Amino acid sequence: MILSINIVENNMLNMLLIAAIYLGIFSVAGLFLVLLERKVAAWFQLRLGPNRVGPWGLLQTMADALKLVSKELTGTVKADKFLYNLAPYFVIISSLMALAVFPFTQEFQAFDINIGIFFLIAISSIGVIGILLGGWASNNKFALIGAMRSGVQTISYELSVGLSLVTMVLLTGTLQLSEIIEVQKNGWLIVQGHIPAIIAFMIYMIAGTAETNRAPFDMVEAESELGAGFHTEYSGMKFAYFFLAEFINMFIIAAIAATVFFGGWLEPAWLTPLGIAEVFPAIGVFWFLGKTFALVFLMMWFRWTFPRLRVDQLLTLEWKYLLPLNLLNIVLMALIVWLGLTIQI
Amino acid sequence: MERYIFYILAVILIVSAIASVSSKKMLRSVIYLLFTLCGIAGIYFLIDYNFLAAIQLTVYAGGIIVLIIFSVVLIHHIEMELEVAKLSKKIIVGLACAIGLGVFLTTIYSHQFNVVENYNSVTTEQIGLKLLSYDEGGFILPFEVISVLLLAAMIGAIVIAKGKKMEDGRPKSEVLNEDK
Repeated sequence: MILSINIVENNMLNMLLIAAIYLGIFSVAGLFLVLLERKVAAWFQLRLGPNRVGPWGLLQTMADALKLVSKELTGTVKADKFLYNLAPYFVIISSLMALAVFPFTQEFQAFDINIGIFFLIAISSIGVIGILLGGWASNNKFALIGAMRSGVQTISYELSVGLSLVTMVLLTGTLQLSEIIEVQKNGWLIVQGHIPAIIAFMIYMIAGTAETNRAPFDMVEAESELGAGFHTEYSGMKFAYFFLAEFINMFIIAAIAATVFFGGWLEPAWLTPLGIAEVFPAIGVFWFLGKTFALVFLMMWFRWTFPRLRVDQLLTLEWKYLLPLNLLNIVLMALIVWLGLTIQI
Repeated sequence: MERYIFYILAVILIVSAIASVSSKKMLRSVIYLLFTLCGIAGIYFLIDYNFLAAIQLTVYAGGIIVLIIFSVVLIHHIEMELEVAKLSKKIIVGLACAIGLGVFLTTIYSHQFNVVENYNSVTTEQIGLKLLSYDEGGFILPFEVISVLLLAAMIGAIVIAKGKKMEDGRPKSEVLNEDK
């Protein structure tokens, strides 16, 4: 599983292979996350959840995906066809591009760009264009309202996501994701940065949940108000693209948090003396995915715990609470780094 | 390999730039403009200037294009089409473009470009230090001037958004209408 960029330089076949592997990860992770969401929802509501197709219902989402592929692609006559068809690809390509920069283990990273975190922020600001386009090109009032809400929400909360990550960059001194993990060999950043890091993590999780348009911030597709929001007019695979991208974005938000706050593929410090990672480096995938899915579970927990916010409450939360808190937190973190008050293990 | 990527990007850039100015539907022109901006970001990535490429994506593609889409979506209906300009205007614009292109081409072909043998890709750290240094060649003054400008723009936006003075929690005009 040696896939680092310096080995495969300029090799067309390897590039295609890596692209295929990532597409595989992408679709499998998407399907698995949908199943996980349904199972978690069921546990929270004391139900069983999907349990008919395959053992414990494991093949349920596969069956659903096959059904979606075979469905007719309906469209509205009065839609702007070109933009209507383009919109799902915007959403899915931007989330796929973000997936490329994560280090799964020390060697398993497709694109170790020197502006890692900044690249992620840049890419995530493009996905919203797809949602705006889809909402407008459908020529449907509900879709348009949903898209506008999504735009407002994403633009606002992008700021908090960015600033809370900048707070952590103060600790690492680099934007490159592989180096950020290297720094964390002296303790995960959430330990190194203690109080401001924990504040940054909480702000990041709130803003990240809002950026992916998930409950309790799902005004974009509030069923009781808007039908299905921006993707009301989409069917079949095009709907599935939006749906998959939403789950992949959730995975990406959790993966950024796992990488920046919880040490990515590094094992917990108390396991280091055992030396498993040196004998068998691929175990990093297990730690990385374990941390990521723990955070994904946290986001699903939010969904079944908090009621949906109103639009004005959503904007108040961002502009009057999270943003000022974030700016103060950056100053606090800068002071702590300057005075050398970080905890190094 | 890099040469082919450059040509692909160049074709995308030129085609979408032409499509952007010639499309009759407003939102489609905006999307073609987005493709042009993403293509430029692609060229920055190609010459290993990652920071500028990410700035291009965040500021232009993610910020400005989203704001343009917002304003188009708010004021423009899906069935509206832009008017076709008069022939005289078309000719004038065409001439202006030709003159601009001529100036660019003569400048490019009269300038001697030197191929740099070994180069270092610029890191964000270097950019940050240069931006805040007050030694020779530092950019602290423009940086501060821009921040003052942005502050002024922000205050202006807040003043405009606040609008009329409120009386008893209602706009003044509403209160006056009731008195009549």
